[in-house]
Amino acid sequence: MKNTLILKKLIGSLVLLSCLSPVIATANDEARGLEIATEADRRETGFVDSTAQMVMELKNKQGQSSSREVRSKILEVIGDGDKSLSIFDTPADIKGTASLNYSHALKPDEQWLYLPALKRVKRISSKNKSGPFMGSEFAYEDISSQEIEKYTYKYIKDEVLNGIDCFVVERYPAYKHSGYTRQVAWINKQEYRAEKIDFYDRKNSLLKTLTYTGYQKYLDKFWRADVMHMINHQTGKSTTLTWSNYQFKTGLTDKDFNRNSLKRAK
Amino acid sequence: MDLIIMNVIHSRNHTMKPLSSLLSFTLLGLLSFQLHADWSGNITMQDRYFIDDAKYSSQYDNYLSLSSDIEFYKALDDESSINITPFFRIDQHDEERTHGDLREMYYQQTFDTWELRLGISKVYWGVTESQHLVDVINQTDSIESSDGEDKLGQPMIKASFEKDWGTVDVFVLPYFRERTFQGIEGRPRTSLVVDTDQVSYESSDEEKNIDYALRWFQFIGDLEIGLSYFNGTSREPLFTLGNNNGSAVLTPYYPLMQQAGLDAQLTTEEWLWKLEVIARDWQVFNNTNTQLIDQSFIALTGGFEYTFVGIADSDADLGLVTEYLYDDRNKQASSLFQNDLLVGLRLAMNDIQSSEALLGVIYDLDYQEYLISLEASRRFANSWTATLEVRTFNKIDNESLLNNLAKDDFIQLDVAYHF
Repeated sequence: MKNTLILKKLIGSLVLLSCLSPVIATANDEARGLEIATEADRRETGFVDSTAQMVMELKNKQGQSSSREVRSKILEVIGDGDKSLSIFDTPADIKGTASLNYSHALKPDEQWLYLPALKRVKRISSKNKSGPFMGSEFAYEDISSQEIEKYTYKYIKDEVLNGIDCFVVERYPAYKHSGYTRQVAWINKQEYRAEKIDFYDRKNSLLKTLTYTGYQKYLDKFWRADVMHMINHQTGKSTTLTWSNYQFKTGLTDKDFNRNSLKRAK
Repeated sequence: MDLIIMNVIHSRNHTMKPLSSLLSFTLLGLLSFQLHADWSGNITMQDRYFIDDAKYSSQYDNYLSLSSDIEFYKALDDESSINITPFFRIDQHDEERTHGDLREMYYQQTFDTWELRLGISKVYWGVTESQHLVDVINQTDSIESSDGEDKLGQPMIKASFEKDWGTVDVFVLPYFRERTFQGIEGRPRTSLVVDTDQVSYESSDEEKNIDYALRWFQFIGDLEIGLSYFNGTSREPLFTLGNNNGSAVLTPYYPLMQQAGLDAQLTTEEWLWKLEVIARDWQVFNNTNTQLIDQSFIALTGGFEYTFVGIADSDADLGLVTEYLYDDRNKQASSLFQNDLLVGLRLAMNDIQSSEALLGVIYDLDYQEYLISLEASRRFANSWTATLEVRTFNKIDNESLLNNLAKDDFIQLDVAYHF
């Protein structure tokens, strides 16, 4: 009888515990997710500025491909999204077109286009962060600077991906016009860099997968992937970005990222 | 957006830069290419087909032409560069449209706090789509396209100063370029040709009058604002009746003017709000064309562009463009757009081929006439683009300037190879 009571109490508290544990676990997982994102951000801070060249190869389901070449300059902005300038070298019909972007975490980016034929600098609406970048499988929000505030986070589990120990972290876009409900990121445990990201569309179906390969370390601190491959599972199209000639701390300033510099961009 | 018929007038014998000088610039470009300079450009085949039979026997229904833009650029060092951009077009029928121009040929030097540009160049001011009131530095190459967006190279000394409180551009413009007009074989044109050999100026220095301009530009949060001032020979001509060997012609007259301009754009998420206002003082002919009288007027273009992003779950964006065009001279206005409304749709597919289309209607609220313009373009095979353009001039009453163009609806296809 006594034993039964104890057993009942024990079972009762176990039931109670098991009811509570998901709540505790969730709060912990969110804190853990944020912690991982914060550490990744900390390690990424301090690159000051960088320049690089990029070749973008677009492939459709049938394997037909076309390519674009872009030169990019980025200026780190502490406490806000970075400033970036992209100059298009090919396709030849848009050669000399340049795009200036001030990215922000929660409000729309500020974006300007320079159209060389008209010599016109045009401020354009940038609500559409989810829209494709140059007809590719990368959305603007995929290539703009990754700020902590852009998402809320949740740690899911540890997993080994291609022999690399990773944290699997889900992140939920804070920007209301994002094209995604969530992203699942595999973060390298040792280096806190993304190895792979799954993107889920507004209907929460798997839309795209981005994989990073050929990571190289610059200034003994900053990891940059040579190749970023994005595949769209729903259309079969894919885009590969191949980066080269990374330079850091080149002495760029705010003045290299204003309307006038857009006109000068060559 | 190219919606506007800036020029409803045409002309006969006007000579531009000889082709020989163009060729020498092209050669210079080729030579420098071997010195690892950067060059790019396009060769474009154009066919313009007029739907109705020509109004005048000198005209044709179909016009083939070939044009080329070549840009040569060389950085001399981190702070200075030269830029040379010759242009030419050869037209099957219109001798006037067979022309060349040095769009740019300048030297640029960047200093710590300012920038200097010397030579022939192009400058764009403004924000609106339907017409470009504020944009007065360069002359319009109206023989190229009726939308007013093709410009002739302007000789200039330009200094730009970047300050925390904005950017200031100072211009000295030592030489005036005359507007181009269609030849007697050309379309679209009005009944009387413009005889550019009989050009006259208010300034006694004629085309050598030195013009000045000043512009301040700043952005304040989501607002971009520019203020400009121009003092010199008007890029827009007035016309008087003249004669050439017994034929009635229009002769262009370029008065002096002072113009102040304001352009502003407010950008919020999916809205772009745009405004351009000018106030101009100049002298125009009185009603009997016997004397010049002072005229001051205000003109404006204002409106918005709203973009629906990712329409129907696709990658495509659809923009709705609406602008109101006003001129306080009303029916006395030298412009066609004294009380007009533009409604346009802009479709961007955001695909690999950068497929785009723009449909615009400008409706004249006074004259009940309207212009329709459609432009669609896409890339193919990496280095080629195709652009389709359709323009029609509709419901034109006898009072209207556009009456001249009633039979000049056309369809145009440009196929360009880019390098």
